[in-house]
Amino acid sequence: MTLMSIKKFSFTYPGADEPSLKNITLPIEKNKITALIGPSGCGKSTLLRSMNRIHDLYPGNKYDGKIELFNETSKKYENILDIKKENEFIELRQKVGMIFQKPTPFPMSIFDNVAYGLKIAGIKNKSELQDRVENALKGSALWKEVHDRLGKSAMGLSGGQQQRLCIARAVAVKPELLLFDEPTSALDPISTGAIEELLVELKKDITIAIVTHNMQQASRISDYTAFMYLGDLVEYDKTENIFLNPKEKQTEDYITGRFG
Amino acid sequence: MEKIFQKLSFSSATLVFIILLGIFITLFNAARPAINEFGLHFIVDPVWNKEVPLTTPTAKTSTVQASTTDDNIAVNPDDFSEDDGMGMDEDEDSVPTKTVYGGLVPLVGTIFSTLIALAFAMPIAMGIAIFLAEIAPKNISSLVGGAIELLAAIPSIIFGMWGLYYFAPIVADLFGGFQVSLLTAGLVLGVMILPFMAAITRDSMNTTPDILKESAYALGATKFEVIKDIIFPFSKTGIIGSIILSLGRALGETMAVAFLIGSIFELPHKVTDPTITIPVALANNFGEASGVGMSSLFYLALILFVMSFGVISFAKFYFLRKVN
Ligand SMILES: Nc1ncnc2c1ncn2[C@@H]1O[C@H](COP(=O)(O)OP(=O)(O)O)[C@@H](O)[C@H]1O
Ligand SMILES: [Mg+2]
Repeated sequence: MTLMSIKKFSFTYPGADEPSLKNITLPIEKNKITALIGPSGCGKSTLLRSMNRIHDLYPGNKYDGKIELFNETSKKYENILDIKKENEFIELRQKVGMIFQKPTPFPMSIFDNVAYGLKIAGIKNKSELQDRVENALKGSALWKEVHDRLGKSAMGLSGGQQQRLCIARAVAVKPELLLFDEPTSALDPISTGAIEELLVELKKDITIAIVTHNMQQASRISDYTAFMYLGDLVEYDKTENIFLNPKEKQTEDYITGRFG
Repeated sequence: MEKIFQKLSFSSATLVFIILLGIFITLFNAARPAINEFGLHFIVDPVWNKEVPLTTPTAKTSTVQASTTDDNIAVNPDDFSEDDGMGMDEDEDSVPTKTVYGGLVPLVGTIFSTLIALAFAMPIAMGIAIFLAEIAPKNISSLVGGAIELLAAIPSIIFGMWGLYYFAPIVADLFGGFQVSLLTAGLVLGVMILPFMAAITRDSMNTTPDILKESAYALGATKFEVIKDIIFPFSKTGIIGSIILSLGRALGETMAVAFLIGSIFELPHKVTDPTITIPVALANNFGEASGVGMSSLFYLALILFVMSFGVISFAKFYFLRKVN
């Protein structure tokens, strides 16, 4: 089942003459991991940041086409590009979370970091907060390491732990879709492995879209892969097809390391 | 070459310490007669340039003057008309007198005018900084930001004149009391430190990484929540630093306050009463002071130096501790 359906989507940054994304059509399948790969500057982050409209924190962007998100309650697809009101943006971002290139712990305790999204969503009940923080930390394979220092500052954690904390923080609000923009690019191989395992674990409950410049990573964890080049979507298919049997010459050149 | 450079920079660094130490020693030496005479009681003594009779020549001077001033908290207004008679006792008959000086009034004036300035400037400066850093579009933000930096560059005497002719009547209309008063001086001081505080606060808010803010927005936070929960805690050190530096500036401000505070050695009972601050007392009285009166001024200067130095070093250590 398709959770999000991107249709003929184009995106232009303010002041740019050329669109950075041109006529992209791409499904994001539910409870699967979709990887976006391609050389740097091809528009992977731009596409990902359109999916929760985080772009809109900065004015003047131009969208064309549609990005439809399946609404579980109304059982209908809704175009998120129609969103204009702040409360609708908040609702969208609670459904579509995001993890960044670098860990972004907030300047507060470990517990408060994970509880943050819940608190601003209006959950005040102490025991409910405690349960959901604990579950999110367990779900992010961090509970064992931090359960005895939840009140300590999140800044004291290692880079890999901080990134898992950010995942826990995003998971705690029970999003439908989580967007990862090169989440392991600042981490060592062991932390990277831990995060990859975690993503595969998470997809039982949450749909995942991940930007990565690491092709082994894409082939290891993703179910679908989209190859982008200069703002175009060149090829989208099951990951094994993209890596073993690409249809496009450009895709083949890229994954065999001939450019990129 | 490198050696020479190292030596040079090292000696310039030591020069700063030598100057600091030199100032302290000079002030202390010049203040010593007053320190010997009045001791720490100087700080709590509200009289300035008042002649008291030496009742028992054998009694310790400090006890005499302590008991005299204790029943003399309310100062006679005619004390201020005789600031030319430093230690002169020609108008007395045979009773020997001495002149006492106490620093309480200018100390209180300095502290309260600074506190009023901070209380007034802080919320407004925070509002301006938030507007500039987070709410205004880029072009408006840089325009207003530039205007605010210009405001910080206005010489203080202009603030004094503007305050006296324009602002003081408004303050008196609104709050009653005198036009020149602790309140007027404090408010104009607040206006003076406001651009300073707003600019530093804005700069430290701007150091909040975009992805940190985006992370909060991506969890469904509103702009207000991002400002409150992310930007403020993140730039806390810089904000506190801006407050302390503004405080240091307000403590030492002379010209503008000299226009606005009334410059009388009298403890204010209300904020709308005139009084005096340490810098103003120094500026107004150095010309005609001599003897122990002069030394008392140096004593005041020493107190101001220690206060400002304390505030600034506290700020520095606070920064260092936070940065590490
Ligand atoms: N804020 C921006 N304003 C203007 N152009 C941008 C901005 N961010 C990215 N771009 C441009 O958009 C294109 C795609 O960038 P990006 O999505 O970051 O690529 P990727 O994530 O694949 O490396 C690049 O040509 C880049 O220069
Ligand atoms: Mg990118």
